[in-house]
Amino acid sequence: MANAIVSLEKVSKIYNRGEPSEVAVLHDIDLEIKAGEFVAITGPSGSGKSTLLNIIGLLDRPTSGKLAIDGQDTSVLNDAELTHLRAHKIGFVFQYSLLISAFTALENVMMPMFVDQGFPTVEAEKRAMALIERVGLKNVAHHQANNMSGGQQQRVAIARGLAMNPNLVLADEPTGNLDTENAKSVFRLMREVNRTSGTSVLLITHSDVLANQCDRIIQVIDGRIQAR
Amino acid sequence: MNRWLPFEWIAAIRFLLDGKLQTLFIIVGISIGVGVIVFMSAMLTGLQANFIKRILTSQAQIQILPPDQLARRQRTGSNDIEDAIIQRPSQRLVSIDQWQSIAKQLETMPEIAVVAPTATGSALAKRGDASRAITLTGVEPDSYFKVVRVPDYIVQGQPRLLSDDIIIGIELAKNLGASLGDKLNITSSNGGSRILTIVGLLDFGNKGANARITFVSLRTAQSLLGMIGGVATLDLTLKDIYAAEVLARQIQSSNDVIADSWIKTNAEFFTAINAQNLTNMVIRIFVGLSVAFGIAAVLVVSVIQRSRDIGILRAMGCSRGKVLRLFLIQGGVLGFFGSLIGSAIGAFALVWWHAAARQTDGSELFPLVMEAQLFIWTAVLATLTGLIAAMAPALRAAKLDPVVAIRG
Repeated sequence: MANAIVSLEKVSKIYNRGEPSEVAVLHDIDLEIKAGEFVAITGPSGSGKSTLLNIIGLLDRPTSGKLAIDGQDTSVLNDAELTHLRAHKIGFVFQYSLLISAFTALENVMMPMFVDQGFPTVEAEKRAMALIERVGLKNVAHHQANNMSGGQQQRVAIARGLAMNPNLVLADEPTGNLDTENAKSVFRLMREVNRTSGTSVLLITHSDVLANQCDRIIQVIDGRIQAR
Repeated sequence: MNRWLPFEWIAAIRFLLDGKLQTLFIIVGISIGVGVIVFMSAMLTGLQANFIKRILTSQAQIQILPPDQLARRQRTGSNDIEDAIIQRPSQRLVSIDQWQSIAKQLETMPEIAVVAPTATGSALAKRGDASRAITLTGVEPDSYFKVVRVPDYIVQGQPRLLSDDIIIGIELAKNLGASLGDKLNITSSNGGSRILTIVGLLDFGNKGANARITFVSLRTAQSLLGMIGGVATLDLTLKDIYAAEVLARQIQSSNDVIADSWIKTNAEFFTAINAQNLTNMVIRIFVGLSVAFGIAAVLVVSVIQRSRDIGILRAMGCSRGKVLRLFLIQGGVLGFFGSLIGSAIGAFALVWWHAAARQTDGSELFPLVMEAQLFIWTAVLATLTGLIAAMAPALRAAKLDPVVAIRG
């Protein structure tokens, strides 16, 4: 348990509890992700994969059960403490790259450090540029985010997810909107980050090809983990 | 990225610049609103200052008069009132009792700037076959000309009042066919008569006043009106013109005199000023509200448009407080820049209107008054309006659930 970056015990999520529209999305999930693991989450649409990822990413709270991130029990934390933990321990890569269009690629990568420190700093810019170089986009670092291709935007999003040097990267179908070549390239990049930095990656994907290249596959069906 | 600005400021400015057309339209809207407020406020201030100046330089701010003469009731030995109806006696021209000691007492009061005695009564001005009824005002030029700026109204001649001099209105001169240097025979109602020389012609801008008003030296008027050593009024100028009514009541209560303030004798003018101020205030409030709702509407749309950005920022560890400030700053920045452009528009319109709108004689309709205070206050109020207007959208943005926001 000492090296578990994520630990879930009997985690359930029910939306609109007590109302006629009540929906139980997750049921008694027990899961552990070890530090440095590269894990694929698969399953049909609506099975609860994204909800599971949002709960692990501290964007949503479980209805019941216990979630610990890097040994820290999150059920006792308030909103500000969760925000702080999220900022320092977790990086996100979404299906739609979701870069902020008002900023350049470099500034988007700087953004987590900028938000955390309050002011843009020279160190943040250096680190962001190093990450941009690592994802192979040095030549477009100063382009507006919305003037880049889908593949480039997703690479910038990966660089942004790594900006705070997180212990865990959560990727929700990062290749879902990319062509095969770009999808392979983005996956390779994430795998490389995982191997070289020891960052744990939790990846939602519908691609069996990509899932099979991960350390472990977790299948979620109807809110329950079917295989691990 | 500017290294001196904190995250919220940079993000707020970038968001505004990113939605250029939206930002441009709302700034134009705010500028027009602020321009209207600046233009109206400055013009009304100028107009009111002009009216007040005209009123206060042509009359006393407080006029001390002798008390009304009353008929005494006849009583029987048992103190019963004999006559049921008391007829008000005609008011003879009388001097203020002990006026010199009252004048000295008034001169010691810190609120009073000038005390000027006058001897005023009606008389007849004759020249050849022509004669006209006039108001004869005897004054000491040194003090009285500080109360009523007679020299400012002289259109011909000079403001000099020796014992045989008289200054008359231009309408009276026209009626009598007289001009500068001509002699007039002045006869008062009690039979006093003197030949005086016209040394000045004045124009008060009022035909009725110009046809009746005349100024002579105090001693000449006292001699003509049969009130040797006496004065009919003490005319006062104050340091604070708006303290006139309170001070008049204070003087009246401590002396056996009547004290009329300019506020009381120009009650209609004050009603008009108050109505104008109220109208101006109502227009300002409604323009301010329309500006506020405009800013709020644009920011509400911006929050919807930027919900994914907000979700991303929240996922990256941006606190609710930072998101709140990010949108409040946008409201404040819109208000501030709108007020700068609006102030320039208002000032330009004011200068243009000042040049274009003229009185029938070609003189300015209102003095051009552009006080720095007006622009500073406008900028402060517009920025505050922007901040307040941004509160609802900012709270909405801060409360956004990041999961819902990212999902869009």
